[in-house]
Amino acid sequence: MVELPPFERFYEQHRDEVYGFLVRRLGRDRADDAFQETFLRALRAYPKLRHADHLRAWAFTIAGRIVIDEHRRTHATVELPELPAEDGRPAFAELEHLAEDLPPTERAAVILRYGYDLDYADIGAALGSNASAARQAASAGVRRLRKKELT
Amino acid sequence: MTTVTPDLDRLFRDAAARERLLDVAYDFVDSPVGTLLVAATERGVCRISYDADPERELDQLARAFGVRVLRSPAPVEPARRELDEYFGGRRRDFDLNVDVRLLGDFNRRVLRELARVPYGEVVTYGELATRAARPRAARAVGMVMNRNPLPIVLPCHRVVGANGKLVGYAGGLDRKEALLRLEGAIL
Repeated sequence: MVELPPFERFYEQHRDEVYGFLVRRLGRDRADDAFQETFLRALRAYPKLRHADHLRAWAFTIAGRIVIDEHRRTHATVELPELPAEDGRPAFAELEHLAEDLPPTERAAVILRYGYDLDYADIGAALGSNASAARQAASAGVRRLRKKELT
Repeated sequence: MTTVTPDLDRLFRDAAARERLLDVAYDFVDSPVGTLLVAATERGVCRISYDADPERELDQLARAFGVRVLRSPAPVEPARRELDEYFGGRRRDFDLNVDVRLLGDFNRRVLRELARVPYGEVVTYGELATRAARPRAARAVGMVMNRNPLPIVLPCHRVVGANGKLVGYAGGLDRKEALLRLEGAIL
């Protein structure tokens, strides 16, 4: 198991990339608030992460979720942004493919739960909701995936 | 590539501290004895380092206090102000809260006695051992001084050898001499 790096290092490594992503998605004006919100949510969930793999993708998952919230708030089309590709085939990569037809909240909950092994309280924190909402979204997503497999 | 502006970076670092999401906040403080890395938890100042290698220092802080270690100036501000005043000759005693919860009982007892040694005075290792109710532990007291996590604020520079010689200092004898000279303890 890889030890989590001090948050400062995580932040320094990913801030520019995450900010660039938010600027592309939201425009510079709205990106600033979304940037702070992304890393504040990351700080809340960070100490409970169980491993230090795929931290970059994890940061993008949180940022992506905030973009969805922003779009929803402004009545724009809801769409989960693409996660940047990573080397190797981490668990979330396969899940991402499987889960790509799910509604955004379910998709994010399934990926965070089964790809990143976060517990529901942390998923709730990362998604800006709560543990039971996160659990519901994840199980609804899994049900939907099973149904899809059968058809 | 888009980069985060210094203003936005600062906003995030301030917000993280304001929302009390940090295990440790740290920043760098300029002083006449070099740049100091100063770190603080919610309880108080927990680390002051000379010549810090930030990478190593952050790993140590994360292991000791928790992984949410972030450079954030606001929580370190009281320490910065008091250190500035001290080096400017406008402050003799520090009024900072300190976080020494991770130290053992003996270390804490010795450091508590150390904190009572007044500005501009010196004490020997043996005398400090006696004050900490361990009169024969001069050598152990030397070790405590060597590992003092809060030099300057906990004034280990005021502890000298039995013959009055400066002997040792984790930050180097030049700094010990500079601090004692600032305090007028040596000419």
